[in-house]
Amino acid sequence: MKSKWIFGVSIICITTFLGGCSSLGVQPWERDFLAKPGMAINSSPMDSSIDDHIYFSKEASSGGRSFAGGGCGCN
Amino acid sequence: MQLKKNLNVAEKLALATATLLGATAQAETVKDEWQFVGSILTYSEPDRVSALETIFTADKAFDDTAKLSYKIVLDSLTGASANGAIAQDDVQTFTRPSGNGQYIIQPQETPLDDTFKDTRAQFSVNWSDRLTEDSQYTIGTNLSREYDYQSIGISGELARDFDRKNTTLSIGLSYANDSVSPEGGRPLGFSSMVIDNGQFDDEQDYRNAFNATRISGDGSIDTTELLLGWTQIINRRMIMQMNYGYADVKGYLTDPFKVLSVIDSSATAKFYLYENRPESKKQHSFFALTKYHLNDSIIDFSYRYIDSDWDIKSHTLDLRWRLFAGKNSYWEPHVRYYQQSAADFYYPYFVEGTILPEFGSADYRIGEMDTYTIGLKYGFLIGDNRTEVRAEYYHQTPKSSSNEQVIITEDLNLYPSVDAFTLQFTYYFD
Repeated sequence: MKSKWIFGVSIICITTFLGGCSSLGVQPWERDFLAKPGMAINSSPMDSSIDDHIYFSKEASSGGRSFAGGGCGCN
Repeated sequence: MQLKKNLNVAEKLALATATLLGATAQAETVKDEWQFVGSILTYSEPDRVSALETIFTADKAFDDTAKLSYKIVLDSLTGASANGAIAQDDVQTFTRPSGNGQYIIQPQETPLDDTFKDTRAQFSVNWSDRLTEDSQYTIGTNLSREYDYQSIGISGELARDFDRKNTTLSIGLSYANDSVSPEGGRPLGFSSMVIDNGQFDDEQDYRNAFNATRISGDGSIDTTELLLGWTQIINRRMIMQMNYGYADVKGYLTDPFKVLSVIDSSATAKFYLYENRPESKKQHSFFALTKYHLNDSIIDFSYRYIDSDWDIKSHTLDLRWRLFAGKNSYWEPHVRYYQQSAADFYYPYFVEGTILPEFGSADYRIGEMDTYTIGLKYGFLIGDNRTEVRAEYYHQTPKSSSNEQVIITEDLNLYPSVDAFTLQFTYYFD
């Protein structure tokens, strides 16, 4: 019940947020900040890969950002 | 709109020129050149597992649009892992998973299987290229091999840009086949651990009894996944991503090294059963990420919700804040919080004389738990090369289960917490 509540609120927040933007997006010459390496969606793929592996072996959930399959028999 | 007001024509031209020049310079740098990145990581759980992981990636760009990526991972793990049994006031003896020998657990200590030792090698290769001006594809394969486990997988993704490349929609599919072949064979679900307490006439007698608890052949796991993505530029400083993922996992999902204690009404372990999990798992995931560029820092915040038909639901909050400290260096604090509910077949133990459920596991990793991570990364240059050092502390707090039927005294610590420390060094050879 609590999980569904959190999930529902998250969806509402995101929808409201996106709906509140009158014009999404930028012109090509407005990408100065967005073009920085740190603004890449996954700016540290090495860290993500390592974290996914650690959490895959220690927790029951995996994936979300990328595919969930771990390909290892982590104990 | 506010931004447009603030930028005059000269500034727009300057920005456009800088962007174009930057893109050209970058393209010239990466064209037909290899880019190498190496990372080494130490992972340590006090009194439990230690690991050393080395990752090496090599990317090569072709014709400004295509890219070939290789990745090699080498893991070396050693130490002890919880076997699922509960602590006792007396010494406990367990047969090693291979059937060769035993390990002894002292009173009031959580049973850890100290035979955990493995080396893993993983190799993956990906190829991506533009299909049209607004779309691109990625295909890849992944191979992983360790002593008692191997995996082979393929994946593909198609992405298309819309609205001046402000919106990107993607669809990805992957399939993996894993093979499980533990030394000594796979235990039969809910069979009783055979322990040589001197009751066998000879070694062959013991071996026959041990083999009677084994399933012939290797275990196989098939994983099929779908990943839908939506990336949206919100404004000059902000970008968001939302993913929906579905995973269908079939096959031998039992952990061959885990057992459950069968206890009497006074919480004394009478014997141990090998765990038994369902042969199917379906999982839905929802992931949302926001990145926001402040004047001198970047905030990276994500939320993830995962639900599976094992009744495991999890929430993950992750925050990274990259604080620029000069032109070529930055500090990046990291906080992560994770919470999961227990699988519907999680039992900390079974009670003697009660009817066994269809499935059962005492692996604390599928029980209810909270975890948090605190970390700090420092990025800087060595010569002209980007370098990163990252340290993280991870803490797990397993929670009590609703399936407890016998009162266990606190000194037996049914749900011990787990700590882990990682230290990582990454170097970009470009």
